[in-house]
Parts: sequence; C-alpha cells; structure tokens
Amino acid sequence: MYIHDEFDSTLLKERVDEFRDQVRRRLSGELTEDEFKSLRLMNGVYLQLHAYMLRIAIPYGTLSSTQMRMLAHVARKYDRGYGHFTTRQNIQFNWIKLSDLPDATADLASVGVHGIQTSGNCIRNVTTDQWAGVAPGEVDDPRIWAELLRQYSTLHPEFSFLPRKFKIAVTASDHDRAAVKIHDIGLRLHRNGAGEMGFEVLVGGGLGRTPFIGKTIKPFVARRDILTYIEAILRVYNQYGRRDNIYKARIKILVHELGIDKFAREVEDEWLSIKDGALALDEAVIADIRSRFKYPAYEKLTDNPDELKQALADPTFKAWYRNSVSHHRVPGYGIVTLSLKPVGGPPGDATAEQMDAIADLADRYAFGEIRVGHEQNLCFPSVAKRDLPALWRGLDAIGVATPNVNLVSDIIACPGLDYCSLANARAIPVAQEITRRFADHDTANLIGRLHINISGCINACGHHHVGHIGILGVEKNGEEFYQVTIGGRADEGAVVGTLIGPAVPYAQVANVVEDIVEAYLDLRLRPDELFIDTVKRLGVEPFKERAYATG
Amino acid sequence: MTSPLQQKLKITGPSIVTANRTGDGAVIYRTSSNGWSTELSDAAVVRTADDAKALWAEAMADDLGAIGSYIAPVEVGSDGSIEPGNIREAIRLRGTTFALPASA
Repeated sequence: MYIHDEFDSTLLKERVDEFRDQVRRRLSGELTEDEFKSLRLMNGVYLQLHAYMLRIAIPYGTLSSTQMRMLAHVARKYDRGYGHFTTRQNIQFNWIKLSDLPDATADLASVGVHGIQTSGNCIRNVTTDQWAGVAPGEVDDPRIWAELLRQYSTLHPEFSFLPRKFKIAVTASDHDRAAVKIHDIGLRLHRNGAGEMGFEVLVGGGLGRTPFIGKTIKPFVARRDILTYIEAILRVYNQYGRRDNIYKARIKILVHELGIDKFAREVEDEWLSIKDGALALDEAVIADIRSRFKYPAYEKLTDNPDELKQALADPTFKAWYRNSVSHHRVPGYGIVTLSLKPVGGPPGDATAEQMDAIADLADRYAFGEIRVGHEQNLCFPSVAKRDLPALWRGLDAIGVATPNVNLVSDIIACPGLDYCSLANARAIPVAQEITRRFADHDTANLIGRLHINISGCINACGHHHVGHIGILGVEKNGEEFYQVTIGGRADEGAVVGTLIGPAVPYAQVANVVEDIVEAYLDLRLRPDELFIDTVKRLGVEPFKERAYATG
Repeated sequence: MTSPLQQKLKITGPSIVTANRTGDGAVIYRTSSNGWSTELSDAAVVRTADDAKALWAEAMADDLGAIGSYIAPVEVGSDGSIEPGNIREAIRLRGTTFALPASA
C-alpha cells in the first residue's frame, strides 16, 4: 500500500469543498449547465442515459481494505448498491444524484480516493500491472513509477487542457498485463545491456475509431530522465496535436501523421532543452516514494503446505486453484484473482455486500490489500498458500470464485447501451449470453485461454480491437448489429484483430462466437495451441467460413 | 457554432422532447403544460419540425430543471399510448435490459 502525505489529503479536502460550492451554485441556478459541465467532468461526474455517473480512479489499481469498504459505503448510501470496475482501473457508480455528490466525494476523500482527472483532456489515471510488486521476475515495482507520474500529472497546469485525453500505463514484467502498447504512452521497465534499469518508451498506442499499436520512440531512457522525456513528449503533443477535429486529436494520430522518426526528433529536440532541468530525477525523490509503499511482512513458509495438499483432493477447489492462483515472488505465497465474471452476470460489477466481504477477506488473508486489473477482475496480491482453502470458501460464498480467469467467459465488456450515452448497442447482455453458452468449466478449460472483448461503440472502452475475439456493437437502421474481429491481443505481442465479415444482428452474436470456438477446436494442432496462435497460423478465413456457414 | 435550433431538423414521425433532471439525473419528458414528467405517457407529442423545435426551445430554456434535452422518436398507438421509438429510448424508459446486480 502507498501512504499518502499531508499534501494529498489537503488537496482532496480543498477540492471537495470547491466542488460542493460548485454543485450548490449549479442547483441554485447561479451556474448554467454550460458553465458547470466542465467543472463536474473535472471531478469525474458524467451524465449517462439514466443518471449521473461518478468515475473514481484507483491509482495503479491498488486499494486498501479501508478504501474498498468506503466504495461499498458509497454504493450503498448514494447509489444502487453496486459499482462497476472498468478497463482502466477505475470504478463507476451509475445512479448517483448530483445533490448527493458533494457528500459522496467527501466520504471518498476521507480515505484518499477521488475522481479528479478521470475525465477531460488531461493525463488520466496512470495504470499498471495488477501483480505489481509480487510478480516473479519483475524488474521493479512499477507502482513506484506510476505514483511518480500521478504526483507529476495531478492538476499539472500545462497539461490540463491537452488536445485530447492522455493515458499512460507502466509494466515491469516480460509478460505485459498492463496493455502498455495500447496507451498514449507505454512504459516498460527493463534492464539494458549494462544492467542498468530504465524504460522502453512507447508512444501513440490507442484504440477507438482509429486503432494503433504503440511504437517504440526510445528503447532505453534512464530513470533519471523519465519525467523530462515524458514532459518532452507531452509538449510536442500539446503544440502539434490537432484541436480542430476530436477524431484526430489523440497523440496516436499525430505520431501516425508525422511518422515515428520525425515525431521522435521533435521530442528529442525538446528533451535536450529540459533534460537537465528541475524534473531531472534525484534518487532521493524515488527513494521517498519507494519508502511510502508498505510491503507485507512475509513469513518464511513452505510452498506446499499440508492445508493446500489436503484441499487439492476436492476437485472444485482444485479447479479454482489451478485457474485463479498464480506464482508469487515469495515462496509460500500466491497471487489470487477474484473473478467478477459470474456466469450470466455483468462483467466487472460488484455489490456493496461483496465489496465489504472482500475487504474483510483481504484483512484476514491478504494483508488488507486489493488490486484491480484492466480485465475487470480483482486480485489479492499476497496470500499465504496455507490460507488458500479458507480464502476460497470465503470467496465462493460471495460469488467471486468462478474458475474462469483468462477463459472464454472471462469477458471484458464496456457498459454499452444499457448505461452509456455514447453507445450504439448493448455490450453487457451479449457478454451474459456468451457466458451462459460456455458455462461448463470443463468445456472452458478444454478451450483454454481465450479473451473476448466487447464494446458498445467505436470508442472501444471494451478494448474489442485487442480481444482474441473482439465484438463491436454498431447501429444499423435503428437495430443493434455486431462486427466480429479475431486475432487481436493486448499483451507484449499486441496486435489489432481482423474483421471476419459483415456485422451480425444481436440475436446471432453468441452463435457466431460458438462457431468460431468450434472451428478453433477442430483446427488447432494440439490441445495446448492457444486460440490466438491458431488464428495467427491460419488467418481468419477458416473461421470466417465457419461463422457465416449457417447464416 | 450554430445553435441546434438553427440547424435543419428532420422529423420522420411522432416525436417528444426528453432530458435528464438536473438534481438527480432522472429521465424526464417535456409535457404540453411547459413542465416535465418522469412518465412518457405525459409527454407532449409533436409531428412537425417546427413544433419539435418550439417544444425543444422551451425545454432548453429550462436550464435549471433539465440538462441534455433532445428530440426523440416515439410510436403512438391507436389508443393514444406512447412507446419509445428506438432501443435507446426504451432503455432510458425501462432501465437496463438485465437485472441489476445489487442485492440491496
């Protein structure tokens, strides 16, 4: 956990007071909606189909049990008893009243949580690997660098009105769980040939209307230089990024139009003028941030305790253990993923009761720490393996132990037309129907790793471009249709999927997914050839033939 | 920027004006008595572009009461009943198309 300083708590308190006054003036008519809109958006308050929506940032996906209880409290007191975890390590409350927002934000601020910069053309919540700090083989804890960027970017005067929103993600592992290649800036911590730790910097990734995979602008930036280099990128973007056309305003368009080499030269010129300035990092600054992350006091434990051995005789526990528990860097401990993807449930939703119970279980078994991943699941980063059977019983009792992590029913989906004012089609009911088709865990395990991503519009909040199977909702003559892509991926080998054919109506989407999966099972060379590898080997044609054969 | 009211408006059938209530964001419909209602059945139905623009202008003038007003299609039954004209408006009227997850 990160321990915030007095500056953070003062900032949040002042911001809540300011927002309370803004809401008061709006409700009294002193402010028009035109005047108020940008103010509410700066605090994460959107207007959706049915109500206002409050988006709360969870910096680098790390939550304490206390913060989780506060999310439950807000869900219960001010909303309809649940929240929705998003693909950017945020949580959204969908039914909140404007008149309740000052009190809700004050309650959240009391535990260091807020919605600042979860909207607007600024640097958004900096995201990272939900296994940060516990993943085996990690170069460093990427949250330290995400926190540095949080401090740097919060209310940054020069970058609060960029041409468009700006998203940064950080990873420090060979396997990228933070999807850094689809961010405006992606940072990959690694060591160079001399053994020095630094960053590969990628730029210009993003999905939406015009998807691009990020390009490496500099293979190695020393830690001392990372802030100045990022500032140079932001300055070039701020100067040259388009403001005349919202669809061409993201940095990915600028990088594409200039070309990565020319863009890199512009950045280099800017960087050379500032690299030895005030933002050149002093090791003491990093050491101070590092000291504010509190790590568990790990015990020396056996990696295969009796409690675990005995529990593995239970096939239900065994299925969950194999699916949801991952290797930890410390022997005797495991990383536990909590599935927020129950069969037939909305992906990423958690009720207030579940949040409270998760907080209690985190206190009992996971050092009070919870993580949020971009796949819309939660994670306990450190659980003693001897405690896994008891934890599993607790998780199962509240419905978050479905053993489907990374399987076909672990679907990423945006809120879609059921909530979102931008959406053209529903996403959640499509996900629900697909999970029902693949409810059998044996079948899901037979299929193996398969990521389905669903977006209800071209803005791609469900990251459909990089789903192994991607589903995009579109509207045709007032009806919902869905385009299907295959072969996308969001990890270190990120690639945009390929469209397999004409859009299909709502009622046929799950059938098409079933056809694609059946084709894969027939076409794979061996059981351990993953869906994504079969598509890469064969291309889309065999899948297209199967998906459209039955009409 | 041209005001929406100055822009060409195409009405292809019966329409209403809808918005969200400022205080709580609830879905509301403009009535024929210069007010708002949460009931679609209370909505004023217009059938020409001029009438739609006039109703919308009234709605937009009430900045304190409502936000994000716009013209939406409806279907009017032979008995005068009003139904949403598309899935978006059906969802706004009836709520999500799946059960909410809250157990509370």
